[in-house]
Amino acid sequence: MRELVVISGKGGTGKTSIVASFAALSENAVLADCDVDAADLHLVLSPSLMEKEIFRSGFKPVVDRLLCTECGRCRELCRFSAIETPTAFNYLNCEGCGVCADNCPQKAIIMEDNACGEVFVSSTRFGIMVHAALGIAEENTGRLVTRVRKLARERAEAAGASLIIADGSPGIGCPVIASIVDSTLALVISEPTVSGIHDTMRVISLAKHFNVKAAVVINKSDINTAIAAAMKAMCRENQIPCIGEIPFDQSFTEAMIHKKSVVEYQSGGITEALKNVWNTVKEMLEEKSV
Amino acid sequence: MFISVASGKGGTGKTTVAINMASAAEGPVQLLDCDVEEPNCHLFLSPVIAERIPVTIETPEILLEKCTFCGKCSKACRFNAIAVVPGNAMVFPELCHGCSGCWLACPESAICIRERAVGVVEKGKAGKIDFVHGKLDVGVALSPPLIKAVKRESVMGGVTIIDAPPGASCPMVAAVNCTDFCILVTEPTPFGFHDLAIAVETVRKIGVPFGVVINRAGVRYEELYDYLGKEQIEILLEIPFERKYAESYSSGDILVNVHPELLPEFSDLISNVMKRAAESRR
Repeated sequence: MRELVVISGKGGTGKTSIVASFAALSENAVLADCDVDAADLHLVLSPSLMEKEIFRSGFKPVVDRLLCTECGRCRELCRFSAIETPTAFNYLNCEGCGVCADNCPQKAIIMEDNACGEVFVSSTRFGIMVHAALGIAEENTGRLVTRVRKLARERAEAAGASLIIADGSPGIGCPVIASIVDSTLALVISEPTVSGIHDTMRVISLAKHFNVKAAVVINKSDINTAIAAAMKAMCRENQIPCIGEIPFDQSFTEAMIHKKSVVEYQSGGITEALKNVWNTVKEMLEEKSV
Repeated sequence: MFISVASGKGGTGKTTVAINMASAAEGPVQLLDCDVEEPNCHLFLSPVIAERIPVTIETPEILLEKCTFCGKCSKACRFNAIAVVPGNAMVFPELCHGCSGCWLACPESAICIRERAVGVVEKGKAGKIDFVHGKLDVGVALSPPLIKAVKRESVMGGVTIIDAPPGASCPMVAAVNCTDFCILVTEPTPFGFHDLAIAVETVRKIGVPFGVVINRAGVRYEELYDYLGKEQIEILLEIPFERKYAESYSSGDILVNVHPELLPEFSDLISNVMKRAAESRR
């Protein structure tokens, strides 16, 4: 099984649009939207829901007011300022550690399972898609990503698919780590801006840290040709292949508005550029890992 | 007065709004870059960093010579950060939240507390702007402790602008929580709109008043405007899409410095938002 994960460091560089195009160009791949707190791939792929599961992860404390003597021990021990008064929890701050419950002299607090999101298996015009929705202001994004990836692998095996294409989230923190660990290739979508180059280098270090092969695509490459050149030089220095450049084009937005991938929406130079990138990605996925 | 700038979707222009507002503000202003996974404000403001503060969280270290391998620490840990087998006990520090549950549970006092580095807070000056940001160490999963450390550097009394991370989960909540007003930056596209709606629900749950800035405005994406009308959400500013703005951003220029037509727009934005924040405090 090969797993391609598309990430970026900086947000808004075109991850999801490029994943949708890869979905259209691929044959027999399972799609996974691992950007669980701002999932957008479904807006292009218009999935029909086949299955849904509640995602439970973590715990939240609930106080039995009849048992609570308001001794304040829980408040004293809580490291996350989640207990304002012994009977008023601030769930936004709570990390579900259970220190309050385990150390309550009256055993007045129980930790309840937390339903923090939903996971979906859907069919799309390009095959099966596994996606998720995190509950509002919920935690456990990393665990939800792990669940999405596991389901995607199961579905791919069952369907005889040999490739998973995953859309990742911006940043370098918990959901990004959960989406790249053990994947075959992390494709970093960058843009030639001062923030783009900075964030790309950080996310490349992250891939190195977790020993995941990485490659870079420069999107909106003609916005700043000097920075695009600097970015290519930095990729060379770090021995990261820069496998394509895609010029800035309004068809990214237009395609999205028409609920289509770029390669379905237009047939000009941008589509050619995306096809070239896709062909290189396919070759890289087949290479023996080092 | 604390003003947070958040989005939902990444790359909509949070940093642009935060730095241009800070630059357009009259008088002293503090800017906290709380996007600690990918901090970017410094690339535009080039602050002179005067102080670096390492940030750590407490993590257990198990003293195997004292440990009886009873497993109580592992049972207490709800983050699966400790595994105990007969004759060995292991800590997985990257999963640890620093809650203290394990050492409270250990009957043998076999756990000592070690500080684990998660990143650094840097403080400095960029002209009249008091600048603070956090940089998460590569490989560290949890950003909220560092975001909170950046926010602890805020000074009361003046205006503090907080650049939040994208998304709508714990890092964004940690940045927006306890601010007086939140600016949600979006773009008129299906992705921008969809993620804005999630961010709106999140900010409502946090209980912070908010308004919207539409960046790269041009194409009327009616669904966004219909939604804002229906939900009675104020549009604080629309920044038109111009290739020259995108190019200035790409080089690290501050828009109000190179495109003077935008200066009054951002001055109005900050004074309007400060008024709204003051109302919400009452």
